[in-house]
Amino acid sequence: MGDQLIFTYIIDGDDFTRAGEASSSVKNKLKMLGVPGEVIRKVAIAMYEGEINMVIHANGGTITVTISDNDITMVLSDSGPGIPDVEQAMQEGFSTAREEVRSLGFGAGMGLPNMKRFTDEMTIDTVIGEGTAITMKVCL
Amino acid sequence: MDNNKFIRSVRLREASCRGCINCIKYCPTQAIRVHNGKAHIIDKFCIDCGRCIRYCPHHAKIPVYDPLSVINNFKYTVALPAPSLYAQYNNLTNVDIVLNALLKLGFDDVYEVSAAAELVSEASREYIKEHISEAPFISSACPSVIRLIRVKFPALISRLLPIKAPVEAAAEIARARAMKKTGLKPEEIGIIFISPCPSKVSYAKSPLGIERSNIDNVVAIKDVYPLLLPHMKHDESQLKPLSHSGRIGIGWSNAGGEAGGLLVENYLAADGIVNILRVLEELEDEKLHGLTFVELNACSGGCVGGTLTVENAYIAMAKTKRLTKYQPVSKNHLEDNPEIRNLYWADDVEYEPVFRLGNTFKESLKMMNDVEQLTAMFPGLDCGSCGAPTCQTLAEDIVRGDAAPNDCIYVLRSNIAELSQKIERLTQSGSADGQLSEEEDALLHRYIRELTTELASFGVPENMGKDM
Repeated sequence: MGDQLIFTYIIDGDDFTRAGEASSSVKNKLKMLGVPGEVIRKVAIAMYEGEINMVIHANGGTITVTISDNDITMVLSDSGPGIPDVEQAMQEGFSTAREEVRSLGFGAGMGLPNMKRFTDEMTIDTVIGEGTAITMKVCL
Repeated sequence: MDNNKFIRSVRLREASCRGCINCIKYCPTQAIRVHNGKAHIIDKFCIDCGRCIRYCPHHAKIPVYDPLSVINNFKYTVALPAPSLYAQYNNLTNVDIVLNALLKLGFDDVYEVSAAAELVSEASREYIKEHISEAPFISSACPSVIRLIRVKFPALISRLLPIKAPVEAAAEIARARAMKKTGLKPEEIGIIFISPCPSKVSYAKSPLGIERSNIDNVVAIKDVYPLLLPHMKHDESQLKPLSHSGRIGIGWSNAGGEAGGLLVENYLAADGIVNILRVLEELEDEKLHGLTFVELNACSGGCVGGTLTVENAYIAMAKTKRLTKYQPVSKNHLEDNPEIRNLYWADDVEYEPVFRLGNTFKESLKMMNDVEQLTAMFPGLDCGSCGAPTCQTLAEDIVRGDAAPNDCIYVLRSNIAELSQKIERLTQSGSADGQLSEEEDALLHRYIRELTTELASFGVPENMGKDM
């Protein structure tokens, strides 16, 4: 393992309009590193979905992005309600988003499935009532 | 071709540049720096959007284009008027008035870009229909948009509609027709585009998507506009019928015009470079769903908002609408234009990672670490006094070797304060008779030398004191 860069982002829990700022920032950094377009796309989509989830379900949280020689690892941790049934949550179209959130065009039940689809590895650690930590890895 | 890759059509008129920070702040790709009191455009970052031309209060950014005298360089010339030319005139009801005036001005023939635009619209409709599963597609008519995507949005390159811009199709048809009509060799015929914007100048010299453009020269609407006025005859019985384009073709001059010609409902049309940057960001993140087509114009209002036009963009838009109101939808069809063999791009557009810090990922990673540390050291005011648009860009410039930390006036100030304190402490710490030891004396000399070096780095802006 050679050098690595770590960036930490605090995700504001009650502002939809700002969701996407962290993924945007990471995207720009990856472009400055000369990371291939396809990798940038995967990271951007997965991270944006994660940001939105944190805003909708967990009142925000923290995202730590580690860029190393081999991969980009995103750890999204929150102190939200936790996910009762991870298998169910991973199904396309399943959503527990509130009605007012859905009326904004979110909560289509594609967040977690997309995060998995666009990353090479994804693990979910969740404890009911304590929070969730999702680790996603995209290989370079 | 390689040395032409980052050709641009914005030039600095150095004598007019006051070294202010307006352009560096407005540049959407952070392509301008002010060093030694003058602006410098970094070629590979510049996308030719013309925003600096618009915002420079001293008119030091000049669009590059050809003088109308280029028509003397050819045996036979064909004018390709952009549809935005028509929108410059008040109360224009008949496009033939403009086209006949172009002949009076000295062109041997005219071919409307709007006619070719209708062919491009038809080809686009066919392409989108065949490739609907790969939608949304992004329009490729604005050269600045292609340049922006090529340097900043690698994941969106494959979404560009791989179809020639209307002016390129027009140039191809015009040359073929002129050769047939006159029997002249291709190089004896001048295909001259009357353009609303300078980005087409760079395009003609270094096109993307095809190897070589058929456009020989690009002249400015603002140069041609006043020269046509005396030739504009409103007695329509005297006019040669030359116009052959409908609402779709002429409508291309306005933002939304290209998308309108596709006859699809779920499209988005964004104009203005800052707005299109936001749309591209969101497209890249797949935030925009259910779109078939995305039309992007670097200029507000579309091509009518180009920096080489005369009329206010929004008034021009209204004029275009009035002019085309009673026109048929389209007058040109691919099957009637055998001259145009192929409307599709021949070459792929490739990602140019110009914003990459180092030559390799490893090197860039290390450099980014330095950028982060430097950025943390700066005050974060993004004041532009250093000549870079933000503290972060200054840090990037330093890491690339193009700037120094004390280009930051705040870093410089604190360096000076620190040295002054050291000197002060040293002079006060001397023995009772005020004498410094040899060692202290040497140290004092060193501090003073360092201080004068810092002070000397202030430099004197060239235009300081000149007018006083």
